[in-house]
This record gives sequence, C-alpha cells and structure tokens, in this order.
Amino acid sequence: MAEFTLPKNSTLIKGQTYKAADTATNIRKFEVYRWDPETAENPRIDVYEVDMDTCGPMVLDAILKIKNEIDSSLTFRRSCREGVCGSCAMNVNGKNTLVCTKAIDEYPDTIKIFPLPHMEVVKDLVPDMTHFYAQYASIKPWIETQTPAPSDTERLQSKEDREALDGLYECVLCACCSTSCPSYWWNGDRYLGPAVLLQAYRWLVDTRDENTGERLDELEDPFKLYRCHTIMNCTDTCPKGLNPAKAIAETKKLLVQRKLG
Amino acid sequence: MQYRSSLANVRGLGSAKTGTSHWWMQRITAVALIPLSFWLITFLNLSLHAAWQDTVAWLSVPLNTVCIVAWIVAVFYHAALGLQVVIEDYVAAEGAKIFAVWSVNLVFIFLALAALIAVFRILSIG
Repeated sequence: MAEFTLPKNSTLIKGQTYKAADTATNIRKFEVYRWDPETAENPRIDVYEVDMDTCGPMVLDAILKIKNEIDSSLTFRRSCREGVCGSCAMNVNGKNTLVCTKAIDEYPDTIKIFPLPHMEVVKDLVPDMTHFYAQYASIKPWIETQTPAPSDTERLQSKEDREALDGLYECVLCACCSTSCPSYWWNGDRYLGPAVLLQAYRWLVDTRDENTGERLDELEDPFKLYRCHTIMNCTDTCPKGLNPAKAIAETKKLLVQRKLG
Repeated sequence: MQYRSSLANVRGLGSAKTGTSHWWMQRITAVALIPLSFWLITFLNLSLHAAWQDTVAWLSVPLNTVCIVAWIVAVFYHAALGLQVVIEDYVAAEGAKIFAVWSVNLVFIFLALAALIAVFRILSIG
C-alpha cells in the first residue's frame, strides 16, 4: 500500500536550540531538519536563532549563515544562488522551492526547512536524486534525427518554432514539482513525474526532433504518464513559474490526436 | 545487493503502450453522464411520486428507454475505469492490485447486467 505514516526510524524528535547572541535585536527562528546517516538516531529538528541584522535577505543566506557561523555540520546543496542551477530545492514552510530565490520576509514567524518530500535522505537537507536523474535520462533528453545534420549550417528553427519551447526550456530540474506530487510519492518508481514529463514534452514539440512518434510510444503507459491526475501541485510549487501540468495535458492531447485524429 | 543500474530500474519492462483509450473513455463517459444525470433526476422524481404504471409508460417511450440504458452503461463503465485508477494509485503489491482490478471489473459488469435486465423485465412485463 501507499505509505501514509512515517516508519519508526523516521519519526522526528526534538533537537538542539542555538540561541542568538544577547546583543542581537532582530532575530528570526529557523527550524531545520537534521539527520546523520552515521548515527543510529532518528531525524531531529534543530532550532537556530539568526540575527537578521547581519544576514542576507534570502532563505539561502540564512542557511549559509547557520553553516558558516553557528553549526558547520549542517549539510545542504547549493551552487549558483540565483535560481539557475536548481541545487537548493527544499521544503520551506510546507512548500517546495529554491531557497536562493525566496526572501525571508515572505514568510511569517518561524521558518521550517525540510528536505524535498518523500525522497530518500542522504544527510540533513540533501535528498538522493539518483532515481530522478535516471528518469530524466530515460526520456532521451537530446535531439534525435534521421536526417543528417546540414554540413554548413546548424539545424534551423523559425522564431515561432523556437517560441514553442518557451515555458519548457527554463526548467532547471530542481525536482520541486515532482516531489510535491502525491502521484509521484505513491508511484514514483514508475511514474515519471511532472519535471521529467515537462522535459519529455520539450522534446515532443521541438521542431528539429524527428522521433516524436517513438517518444510518444515510450510515454504511453498507465504508470509513466497516466498517473498524472491533474492535481496541479507541480504548477503551484514551481519556483520558476512554469506549468508542468499543462505540458502533461498537452502530451495527453497528442496521444489522443494520434489515436483518433 | 542490487547491481542493476538506476536507468535499468527506471526503464523496467518498458512502456505498456496503452492507457490513452482508458483515459479518453473516462472523459467521454464523464461528459456523457452530465446530460444523462439531469435526465435521471427527472426519472427518479417520477419513480418516487408517480404511479407504477405511469412510470413504466414514461420509461417505455423510446427516448427514455435509450436514456436509462445509456445511463447504466456509462455510469458502470465510468465507475470501473475510475476505480481501476484509484486501485493502481494506492495498491502497490502486484498480486493484490491485479486481484482488486479484476474484482472491480467483474462486480461492475455484473451490476450493469443486472440493471439492464431489470429494465428490460420491467418494460416487457409492464
């Protein structure tokens, strides 16, 4: 059955509280999920009080400040700090987002930071992305053609052809959408999830690609594609403002068109 | 110890190359059930308030006979398709899943047949 409760060794316990210095006047509290695979302990919630007068504006700034000045054992991924690399995807106050693009001021009171939901945790805020990346590889995210490449030019596209990729090419594969999707939670082993399906659609509508039929063949499956029940969490949570639910709906329309059109 | 690559796990047994008809029929029956259900409200109202003979006479009008048969076919087909999706969502064990989907399909086929035969009996006996 689908898992609706946490296994015993995943139940959260109370962790440590790191108080801010007495001189700090502008304090925000951060509750952070901590789990160390090298101890037998259950995951815990550590509380960090951060002096906002010496902290940058984004949630990632606070996490970096905690790591640099309060608790160097805190583990997380981050790279570009401007919403382009997709590394710092986390669950903040119940919603997946890239913490580098979210301002602390957007949240009231205490900020609760968890790893992406329903993923195996490697350590603290770092989820295991192996399966997600393998799913991405499985849709062959590269151009497939029969026609040899022109010898003296690149494969051309009109302005309109290129515009068809808008809202698709911007995806940074942070996995915020996939890990917010209940269908992906229950059937993520077989369901490709919104992020990968959006990427698959990106290649379906690329006018230079010549393997649309084969790509649709691969997607037409009760589990790979049709586990999407238009719940829309993906579109709601996407930190880049994209619409994976629409890409999936368009894919379903292509399949119907192929069958009946 | 598992030595299969993560890509091998993802690709698994490959694509079933079905699912579109299932999804599409779910939509078709859903849309068909909108007008049919409004018709059903009239029918239920009649069966609760009118006399038996009047109801049977009303149901014997060809359009109404077609509507009740269409409603029965659409509603049980839609229910079977929908419940199959729910089972596939929540039942992960392969054996239990197949058993549940089969049971649901057989129960709904049985119920649809029972309902259709009841309609024809009522209409022929009067």
